[in-house]
Amino acid sequence: MSEQHESADCQELFALLSEYLDLELPEEACAKMQAHFANCPPCVQFVESLRKTIQLVGRYHPGVVPQPLKDQSKERLRQAWERAQGF
Amino acid sequence: MTGLIDKRKEAELARSLLKGDEAAFEQFVAHFRQKIFQYMWLMCGQREDAEEVAQETLFKVFTKLRQLENPENVRAWVFRIARNECLMLRRKSVFAPLQELSLDELLPTSKQTGEGRKIEIADWSALPEDGVLRSELREEIERAIQALPEIYKSVVLLRDVEELSTEETARILDLSIDVVKARLHRGRLALRQTLDAYLKRPETGGYQQ
Repeated sequence: MSEQHESADCQELFALLSEYLDLELPEEACAKMQAHFANCPPCVQFVESLRKTIQLVGRYHPGVVPQPLKDQSKERLRQAWERAQGF
Repeated sequence: MTGLIDKRKEAELARSLLKGDEAAFEQFVAHFRQKIFQYMWLMCGQREDAEEVAQETLFKVFTKLRQLENPENVRAWVFRIARNECLMLRRKSVFAPLQELSLDELLPTSKQTGEGRKIEIADWSALPEDGVLRSELREEIERAIQALPEIYKSVVLLRDVEELSTEETARILDLSIDVVKARLHRGRLALRQTLDAYLKRPETGGYQQ
């Protein structure tokens, strides 16, 4: 039967995993996280899947592109640009 | 990342634009129109709305060009304007209900086995670290992003797709740094959960490149 990954340590660190991966954790919290990982293979496995998720999303880009810009719309943008330059 | 060009090149473009360079105008319009369109398309799923926001954002960008204090920050500056344009458009339509993700629901599950407690997780080791994403996986990521509740999606897209900093994202979305961090984490966890379920599917058979 499944249940939540329930260790108090795991749950406490769970909330900080993104900051850990973004290198935004204070040094002390980071060291505590690494010490926990040394003895908790499930957390290592989980954080690795989160790291890969971030990496996959970073590599993703949408295939959709906008319709070609109409001449009239481009002219409106050009006029705004020229006005901003004081032409 | 979605960028046709990187942030350094964007800053060069912005500087040229401020000097009145015609070629920079053409390139700036093409580049940022596509970027804003794609961001908005992922946010709202509507092509027409995404095109309208992209067009109106660029109009405001050119109108306010003299207010761009630091060309190095042009991407964040453009996205801040795009976000305001999006809000203007949304006022004309019905707001999607605010949906929140509970951290508890995103916790991994584990079970006791003969070898101790094991986490229930797909095999992520076969996923390639770089290169072009296989189309099926790419579509799965797209679906997962689109399915994210809006408040998480906006943060994930700015941080992980547009590669903006936590501070820049907070400024664009009018949020505190702590809220950005919390939403980013929940958004990533939700994406992880969706992708984990995908990798566990028998027809996926683990990830085969």
